[in-house]
Amino acid sequence: MAKLGLNTKVGDVLPEHVQGPITRTTLALYAGASNDHTPFHIDTDYAKAAGMDDVIAHGMLSMAYLGQLLTKLAPQENIRHWSVRFKAITPVHATVRSTATVTDVFEAEGERRAKLAIASTIDGGVTTLEGDAIVALR
Amino acid sequence: MISKDHIGVTSEPRVIDVEAGQLKFFAKATGQTDPIYSDEAAARAAGHPRLPAPPTFAVVLMAGAPPKAGTLESMGVDLRRILHGEQAFTHHRMFYAGDRMTLVTKTTDIYAKKGGALEFIVQDTSVTNAKGELCTEMRTVVVVRNG
Repeated sequence: MAKLGLNTKVGDVLPEHVQGPITRTTLALYAGASNDHTPFHIDTDYAKAAGMDDVIAHGMLSMAYLGQLLTKLAPQENIRHWSVRFKAITPVHATVRSTATVTDVFEAEGERRAKLAIASTIDGGVTTLEGDAIVALR
Repeated sequence: MISKDHIGVTSEPRVIDVEAGQLKFFAKATGQTDPIYSDEAAARAAGHPRLPAPPTFAVVLMAGAPPKAGTLESMGVDLRRILHGEQAFTHHRMFYAGDRMTLVTKTTDIYAKKGGALEFIVQDTSVTNAKGELCTEMRTVVVVRNG
């Protein structure tokens, strides 16, 4: 199935959303656009002086990609609640795959809703973000 | 160590405008290909009054709103040493380019792990539009790396 709807059922695996590879330009643009100027995302000299191999991507960039997955699956106004834990860093040059699987379908506040298990994975299958989303079904 | 006295503290309200140019810049930076997030005509055709703020944009407003008492800066946290641990959003209604939003942040927990090498700060932020309607509630857990 390509989108969420009233025929959505538990176990449905939704089409993945792929972004990247994340370049240094991506990180510079995201830093400016997101008001997050933390130097270990954009300044290689700073990252190396801090003992890191290289700059790392903003966790919220991957969460924005998960948001794009959700708004491809349903209109944004149908998103009720969503949360993630940031489990691993996303290095520069990573390709980010955003995925969602339906884990529950239920009625609440007079509407049908789906609960999705959502995740971001990068090259090598490392899970970087993991969480849940509740989306109203229309 | 961050003082636990900050637990329960509510920030002064912080006001920030949702700017169309920044929404377009955010769409570009995130590789957004859905035109409703960057083209006013496409947004209106999809039933939106103006360009919509995408579902993580409240965090962008939180980062851009002027620092006030009760926010991370006022706790003496070095923003260069923080990592994002968790992020949650509850969406009540959408907000749009041209909206003036008010953010109020309450610090709900502070705890340490690994003998204080990592400190966790839990903050709940409400995002309200100029009509006083609650648009988004969010919970942010930041990790401060000490040493």
